[in-house]
Amino acid sequence: MAVGKVTFSKAEREKLAEVLWLLNWISVVTGVILFSLGLFLKVEIQKWAEVMSEHGTFYVPHMLITTGLAACCINYLGGQICLDCADTNKFLRWKLVMMPYIVCTFFFTSCVLAGALMCYSIRSQLEESLFLGLRNAMRYYKDTDTPGRCYLKRTVDMLQIQFQCCGNTGYRDWFQIQWISSRYLDMTNSAVVDRLRSNVEGKYLMDGVPFSCCSTFSPRPCIQQHLNNRTAHLHYDQQSQQQNLWRRGCRQALLDHYTGIMESIGLTVLLIWLFELLVLTGVRYLQTAMENVLLLGDPDLESYGWILENSLAEMARSNFNIIKNLGKCYQVDDDPNINVPTAAAEREVPSQQVQVPVTS
Amino acid sequence: MVVMKMKFPFQKRVKLAQGLWLLSWCATVAGATTFTLGCVLKTELRRRAEVMDNADIHIVPNTLMIVGLASLGINYFASKICQDALDAGRFPRWKNFLKPYFAASCFFTVLMLLAVIMSYAMKGSLESSLKIGLRNGIRFYKDTDTPGRCFQKQNIDRLQMEFQCCGNNDFRDWFEVQWISNRYLDFSSKEVKDRIKSNVDGRYLVDGVPFSCCNPSSPRPCIQYQLTNNSAHYNYEYQTEELNIYLRGCREALVNYYMGLMNTIGAGVLSIFILQGSVLVSLRFLQTAMEAVAGKENTEIETEGYLLEKGVKDTVMEYLNPVLKFFLLTNQVEEGATTSGATPATT
Repeated sequence: MAVGKVTFSKAEREKLAEVLWLLNWISVVTGVILFSLGLFLKVEIQKWAEVMSEHGTFYVPHMLITTGLAACCINYLGGQICLDCADTNKFLRWKLVMMPYIVCTFFFTSCVLAGALMCYSIRSQLEESLFLGLRNAMRYYKDTDTPGRCYLKRTVDMLQIQFQCCGNTGYRDWFQIQWISSRYLDMTNSAVVDRLRSNVEGKYLMDGVPFSCCSTFSPRPCIQQHLNNRTAHLHYDQQSQQQNLWRRGCRQALLDHYTGIMESIGLTVLLIWLFELLVLTGVRYLQTAMENVLLLGDPDLESYGWILENSLAEMARSNFNIIKNLGKCYQVDDDPNINVPTAAAEREVPSQQVQVPVTS
Repeated sequence: MVVMKMKFPFQKRVKLAQGLWLLSWCATVAGATTFTLGCVLKTELRRRAEVMDNADIHIVPNTLMIVGLASLGINYFASKICQDALDAGRFPRWKNFLKPYFAASCFFTVLMLLAVIMSYAMKGSLESSLKIGLRNGIRFYKDTDTPGRCFQKQNIDRLQMEFQCCGNNDFRDWFEVQWISNRYLDFSSKEVKDRIKSNVDGRYLVDGVPFSCCNPSSPRPCIQYQLTNNSAHYNYEYQTEELNIYLRGCREALVNYYMGLMNTIGAGVLSIFILQGSVLVSLRFLQTAMEAVAGKENTEIETEGYLLEKGVKDTVMEYLNPVLKFFLLTNQVEEGATTSGATPATT
């Protein structure tokens, strides 16, 4: 009971081969698109890699890049095969390669699907990575003299300016870390010394934020210091507070940015996957139709094409049997010449004397 | 006095027509490119229109767009003409069209060159326009409650952050302007009152700059206020401090940006001008060569092609005379009337 059985006349087979040749070339183009999407994503992640804690997010663009390259190669080969399939003689060249090619393409297509699903599922891991990365970046903001961390201040400032965000979750995150280096603190000043002493760990904490948190939409000059002290600034009411600094946290801003990119990439990859599946189905039909024509002997006859020869259950059973019998290749159960003692031997009929009539 | 005579055997004419057809299609693409470049330049100029006092500089992109559109038409006709040039029967129908066509084409091609020259020549005009625009922008920075000036603060802040500049000539321009609005000044404070009293016009001037002047590359947190007071900040010397705020003025930054853009565009347009010129010269040679063939039975004879039949001055006068006659027509009628009026009096 074949799955998806369709009849193909000679003309239809040739048409199918031509159409598949064209579709394979279009798939090469989509493979290039896949590759460039992976490259684009890699560049985007690389831009802000300093505020991400681990590089686990790199496997998505790498997967897309490798799948894109594989798509180009596989579909180029597929195009060559389909071009030759129109003619029964040329098909003989590819006969042995076809089945492995189809299995390979099937696995490759599932890789494309996996890539698409990964794009959607990466959000939680990205959030965790950004949370840790931003926390560290803010902690090392003041260390502009430490090798390896010199440019973290610049990166965080540019991030806050470009994405219009402040801090990890909000601007209050800056109140909990010392972002002014001790190099620029006047230790002879009593106010500074008091503040340092009042903190358990000896850190200089203040209710102030860096300049990059300032909002350009505020109607008044930016208030960066004494943010918790209402009386320190004139008319510092609720509305002034709302407009003064960027309200959004940088983690949320970056998450939205990357989720947006990955969702559009995921959608494109899903469409490419559907297209690849279509091409794979067509190639399978072409392969089975050509093989059946060869079995019939006459290339001008109609032949059947199918996706699976037997139903899925039978195929699973036969595969299972093959696997079961794989380990039994040196046992000789089926040899009929060996005298196998059976239960019937005990009921052996005693030999009777055969009366042979004596002829005189 | 024929200018640039050249002999054209039949094969050479055919090759010229074929090459010209290809060249004219390239020139069509180049014309579209010119139009696009004009659009790009205009968009870029309009983005910063709030800090420009006048729109004189817009003549450059406008000219580029006009020339781009015109060259699309010119090259379309050029390709049509050279397609018909190889057919001696079809070529004569272009006869009356070609003289005004060449006049218009030369005019627009010269206009292309003028646009490039203008883009260099108008640097001074751009600079003065930016000077006035930025000065006003800085002056009205604090007026976020005045209609028509609400967005000056936002524009100036964004400009300074994007172009990494501060003030008009440099950051000291902020010292001469009150950029903190009176709405946010505590008039009960002694410090504020003293400062306002010490100023002749009663303005609150500070030696400080807005946050958008801060340089993210600075190793220390940004110092915005009391910039000239070394003792106000620990380990700070304003004479040697280079990384704290942007030292470049926004006028210089914007002029450099726009001149760079116009130089790049100018280089492209210059090469398009050369291409367009060669199309017109080749078409002229083809036209004159084909005109010599007209009326002859054997279309494969060798003919002569030239650029100009008479000398340069004579040709220019030939084209200008109809134009001048049109403008001087009224005067000549009046002269005729006065002479005819005078003669009866003398007789």
